[in-house]
Amino acid sequence: MSEATRAIEAVWRIESARLVAGLARMTGDVGLAEDLAQDALVAALEKWPGSGVPDNPGAWLMATAKNRAIDRLRREKTYERKREEVARDIGALFAMERSEFEAAADEEIGDDLLALIFTCCHPLLAREARVALTLRLLGGLTTSEIARAFLAPEPTVAQRLVRAKRTLRDAKVPFEVPRGTELEERLPSVLEVIYLVFNEGYAASAGEDWIRADLCEEALRLGRILAELAPREPEVHGLVALMEIQASRGAARRGPDGAPVLLLDQDRGRWDPLLIVRGRRALERAEALPGPLGPYGLQAAIAACHARAIRPEETDWVRIAALYDALAQVAPSPVVELNRAVAVGMAFGPEAGLELLERIEDDPALAKYHLLPSVRGDLLEKAGRPEEAASEFKKAATLATNDREKDLLLRRAEGHG
Amino acid sequence: MRFMMFMYPQIEEEDWSPTPEAVAAMGRYNEELQKAGMLLALDGLRPPSDGGNVVFDAEGKATITDGPFTETKEVVGGYWLIQARSKEEALEWASRCPDSNCRIEVRRVFEMEDFPQDVQDAYEGP
Repeated sequence: MSEATRAIEAVWRIESARLVAGLARMTGDVGLAEDLAQDALVAALEKWPGSGVPDNPGAWLMATAKNRAIDRLRREKTYERKREEVARDIGALFAMERSEFEAAADEEIGDDLLALIFTCCHPLLAREARVALTLRLLGGLTTSEIARAFLAPEPTVAQRLVRAKRTLRDAKVPFEVPRGTELEERLPSVLEVIYLVFNEGYAASAGEDWIRADLCEEALRLGRILAELAPREPEVHGLVALMEIQASRGAARRGPDGAPVLLLDQDRGRWDPLLIVRGRRALERAEALPGPLGPYGLQAAIAACHARAIRPEETDWVRIAALYDALAQVAPSPVVELNRAVAVGMAFGPEAGLELLERIEDDPALAKYHLLPSVRGDLLEKAGRPEEAASEFKKAATLATNDREKDLLLRRAEGHG
Repeated sequence: MRFMMFMYPQIEEEDWSPTPEAVAAMGRYNEELQKAGMLLALDGLRPPSDGGNVVFDAEGKATITDGPFTETKEVVGGYWLIQARSKEEALEWASRCPDSNCRIEVRRVFEMEDFPQDVQDAYEGP
């Protein structure tokens, strides 16, 4: 790739989401908006290497896309109904001076972007489709990049994108920001997509395609954008806080051999203090808003407790146990209960933790989950019941799928480690 | 990846008196970075006379000097720490800075993973 092409791609990644969002508002169709934006990119790739990048590349791309829109509208009868509307928008925009265009557009651009986020994450779409569409239209990733990032075949991702856009068109999903209770209902779907992208990146191991690890940064970027667009939503800040703090442990979460290092065994000197501060600040924004913390805010608060402890033994387990208690109320799940038992065990002694475990030991969701017997073994060991502990560690070893973890559990069963 | 953008004002310190318009334009630029989800940190730096210099001699002994630093032609006036997806993207952001009386040096930040394992192992802190 030439230097000029790389520079154009960089401009594209900065401008594409706003471009697609603005075009989607005018056409009411994200699929068409994307096609028009792509037309503009192709034009830029033809023109800019010779002419240089224009002073206001965003406005150039928008004007070009609109010209293409006019061309298409003239050709395609199917868009007859929209024609007047689009033509009016285009006419108004061309009539404006550039500076006026920028001033007028600022608020609208924000609204358009937010509408684009909600449209890409529409509950009508399957989770994978939402993720792919978000990365494509908001992240400016190519289909091949999304496929590489999610270890999926490219045709599968391409088809997913085509279907998603068709679903939105067929259902006539309006291009708008949901308001009031509808916003409350649809926000979790948006947050889920961003956190999924983050976790996919976080799960990437060394030696894999760099694009996978980049998903963490992309999710953080999307979260921060959303936090500026929807600053009154506490869960948005909660999610950003959670991701910033989790990302702060990036350099410490794997050992030299690539094996995951548990939180309490991590070298805390490797935690990124800047991201911790950013995470705490985002958490403060969530806490400053009315109402109790939601599931993301609570998880962020737990992560912040760990981040605050310079040494693991300084961890405020009583507070973490209380936060898990709150989390179990707003987002009950067997895994949350398991974590709560760990925290309670650390805060109030192993017997208290074991008592909590009894409530979930028959949960079918945990039947094959090696961490249940592993946690129980740990608590039993601390309670001075080594034989029972050993049998739990053995049980955990048979359930663990990772060889390294299996070894570790078997060693613990023999009373080591 | 992260990039540090160092801003070197190209004017004499005593001539430096930003107009409200220039300050407002810079504020809008910073807001753009923030809204794009790229901005991690930024600061403007006070003049060198409010700081100092530490130099080391051949034996490694530190000497503190407090200027003036006539040997330095340029001084850093401020910085932005941003997250970007490529060097080109960071450069594109730098070229959008509204203050044209400056030079901006864009540098990629070392991440821990960039170092060999033995160096990583030796690191403790902060």
